Amino acid sequence: MLIYTLKRLLQAIPTLLIVITISFFLMRVAPGGPFDGERQLPPEIEANLMAAYHLDEPLPMQYLRYMGNLLQGDFGPSFKYKDFSVTELIAQGFPVSLEIGGLAILLALLVGLPLGIAAAIKRNSTVDYVVMGTALTGIAVPNFVLAPIFALVFGVLLGWLPAGGWNGGALPNLVLPVVALSIQQIAYIARMMRASMIEVLGSHFIRTARAKGLNEGEVIWRHAIRPALLPVMSYLGPAIAGIITGSVVIEQIFGIPGIGRYFVQGALNRDYTLVMGTVVFYGVLIVLMNLIVDLLYSALDPQIRYDD
Amino acid sequence: MLESRYHAGRRHRLCLPLLLGMFAFANTGLAATLEIGIQGEPASLDTAKIGGTTWENDVLGDLFEGLVTLDPSGEYVPGAASSWDVSDDGKVYTFHLRDDANWSDGEPVISVDFVLAFQRLFDPANGAVYASLFYPIRGAKAHTKGNTDAPDLGVEAVDAKTLKITLDQPTPYFPTLLAHIAASPVPSHLVEQFGNDWTQMDHIATNGAFTPTSWVSHDHIAARKNAEFHAADDVALDGVDYYPVEDRSAGLQRFRAGGLDIVRDFSPDRYQWLQQNLPDAVHLAPQLANYYFALNQRDGHPTADKRVREALNLAIRRDVIANQIMGDVVTPASGFVPGGVSHYDAQTMPGLDQDTESRAAKAKALLEDAGYGPDHPLELTLRYSTTEANKRIAVALAAMWKPLGVETQLINAEGAVHYAELAAGNFDVGRGSWVADFDDASNFLGILQSDSPKNYGGYQSDAFDQLMNQASHETDMDARQQLLEQAERQALSDYAVAPIYVDVSRNLVNPKLDGWKDNALNRHLSRYLQEREQ
Repeated sequence: MLIYTLKRLLQAIPTLLIVITISFFLMRVAPGGPFDGERQLPPEIEANLMAAYHLDEPLPMQYLRYMGNLLQGDFGPSFKYKDFSVTELIAQGFPVSLEIGGLAILLALLVGLPLGIAAAIKRNSTVDYVVMGTALTGIAVPNFVLAPIFALVFGVLLGWLPAGGWNGGALPNLVLPVVALSIQQIAYIARMMRASMIEVLGSHFIRTARAKGLNEGEVIWRHAIRPALLPVMSYLGPAIAGIITGSVVIEQIFGIPGIGRYFVQGALNRDYTLVMGTVVFYGVLIVLMNLIVDLLYSALDPQIRYDD
Repeated sequence: MLESRYHAGRRHRLCLPLLLGMFAFANTGLAATLEIGIQGEPASLDTAKIGGTTWENDVLGDLFEGLVTLDPSGEYVPGAASSWDVSDDGKVYTFHLRDDANWSDGEPVISVDFVLAFQRLFDPANGAVYASLFYPIRGAKAHTKGNTDAPDLGVEAVDAKTLKITLDQPTPYFPTLLAHIAASPVPSHLVEQFGNDWTQMDHIATNGAFTPTSWVSHDHIAARKNAEFHAADDVALDGVDYYPVEDRSAGLQRFRAGGLDIVRDFSPDRYQWLQQNLPDAVHLAPQLANYYFALNQRDGHPTADKRVREALNLAIRRDVIANQIMGDVVTPASGFVPGGVSHYDAQTMPGLDQDTESRAAKAKALLEDAGYGPDHPLELTLRYSTTEANKRIAVALAAMWKPLGVETQLINAEGAVHYAELAAGNFDVGRGSWVADFDDASNFLGILQSDSPKNYGGYQSDAFDQLMNQASHETDMDARQQLLEQAERQALSDYAVAPIYVDVSRNLVNPKLDGWKDNALNRHLSRYLQEREQ
């Protein structure tokens, strides 16, 4: 297992390198630069800015300079938010996105898994239809519709919770963003669990277990759940990486200082270093999450082993 | 917060009935920390590194005080300088700094703090965006360009409390220019010690009414009252928190829920609703800001022909745009410089005072004269940056020009791309706008000078440039006003641009606040605000 893990981590390095290189050059292809805006600058000031950020150097040289700094752990300064380095921005923003995203996933699992299992066990009953109908609504209604409605109802009209703001992560400020973010995940996880459970419950070894005389409870909880979780695990790996790097919509609407908005804002501002920093960060996360999922697979399914 | 619901240990909240929830303001609290929603995240607290956005005014205006500052009505008054003398030729200003002006760490504000600030502004290594605003200072432009033979910078510390600034030409609006945040001093004792890191929260010092204590990027900047401020006794608030709220709807929600006391912008679409539901909180006031379309006058563009430009301008129904499309939130423009600028009377583009039919007929005749007709229609590309309002206006313009036989291709792009394309001259008609940096007509008219980087249309008029040049040497305010107005009339009769509307400032202010005065510069220093006596 250890050798397998190390091999995977080593294999990740060329993958990351390719991702970084493609992103670096692709970003420069987009028209417009970091200093284009309504306040068009006199040529001498624009020249000064370009020189200060080494943007006047030939592109391959800029690339080598960036990679050199990256290997020393320096993501560079943000072009737009000049009092913060990219490292500082990500270091400040990631824990926030992690907290919101992590809680959302937790909530999604706590609610979604039981719902999916219940729907599978009571297939084609009222329970099943209600759960699946609600799940479909949860998938269909987008975040940017739900979130402002939550803010309006619970924040403005009822006044039970703040309509926005982070407030250092105080509990009242967490509730609405976490719930809004989790709705879609609950829906996906419930549907996936139901489908997976139904398939597992129809398989040979379950028939064997029942033939052996085990009661239904044991069949489900001891034998069916673990294999049924496998597809959900595969989904969760990249999904978690995506969620904990923040949702732009949720962060904009609730004013949460996470890193989700940096992906979009960085691109719109042509803040090259910020975009690269978030790309590298996200890439590393994806690699790690996929690795963890694969390791968990072998814990869940005895047939899967990674011995060479 | 003025009124608080959610902070631990606060008073019980009022239970408002659901119906009245639509008008939600909770009762005021005893705390005197102002919560302001600003339009975006400031780029920096260092004037040499700011990006040039209006929300930086909101934050830096409270933290720093320049030689000159603004009163609640937006008029300039002495700030860190208690008085100044001007030489007879109008080129040398001698500022006398206040004896009681101190930094928040107790060090006195001295003239070197201003010298260093201006040096950093013009240092090529910093690429300061606002350097060009202060080019009237002798040597400023040359230093910014990095010329090795630049004359000495015209900012000199005569003694600890006396500062001498020498200009290249008399600039009568220079005092009001010094109220701009880019003219703020820097604490030279900290810059010496920490260099560019002097703005870090653990050691920053400011000389304004407030000083920052923490900055969580994209979350909030917390500031507390600066006890060392010379007018600290008059500052009623204990502190100010600034929250960047880029989503206008989210800002409105937080205001309604009581999380924010002031929001520095709202979507114009919500104005009708706000007027009905939050009439005491909504503030709409004329602003020194315009919205116009640049007309490309370079060779190869149909808009290079003055007849085409005149026709296009005559055919635009600005009242329809201001009323129907913008919901009565803005005022139609008749000239380029908006009304309300000091020492200036707004000018009217010739022909706009005629009735719609005559203008339409004249426009048609002009286009025919220029060689356009049903078998040779005028084809234009119109560029705008992607917002809902811009799109509506662009579509409206295309519709207004269609009866003339004009075919308009609408191209929208995100902000950075839009302005890059404008700067490259890839357009016939291009949307632009300008918010005044300081209260003078030259801040607007300068855009049309042939050497201005913001002159997207490439308007070249010797007569205009000459008048502007003359005005910049004129010391007599009335004579200068005449020259500037003449210059604008020249540009308007050349139909150099297509002005559309004069913008307004939109603010939401908790009615429990006293001291807020709508002003044309939309500058509102928190030091003048206080909770109304109950």
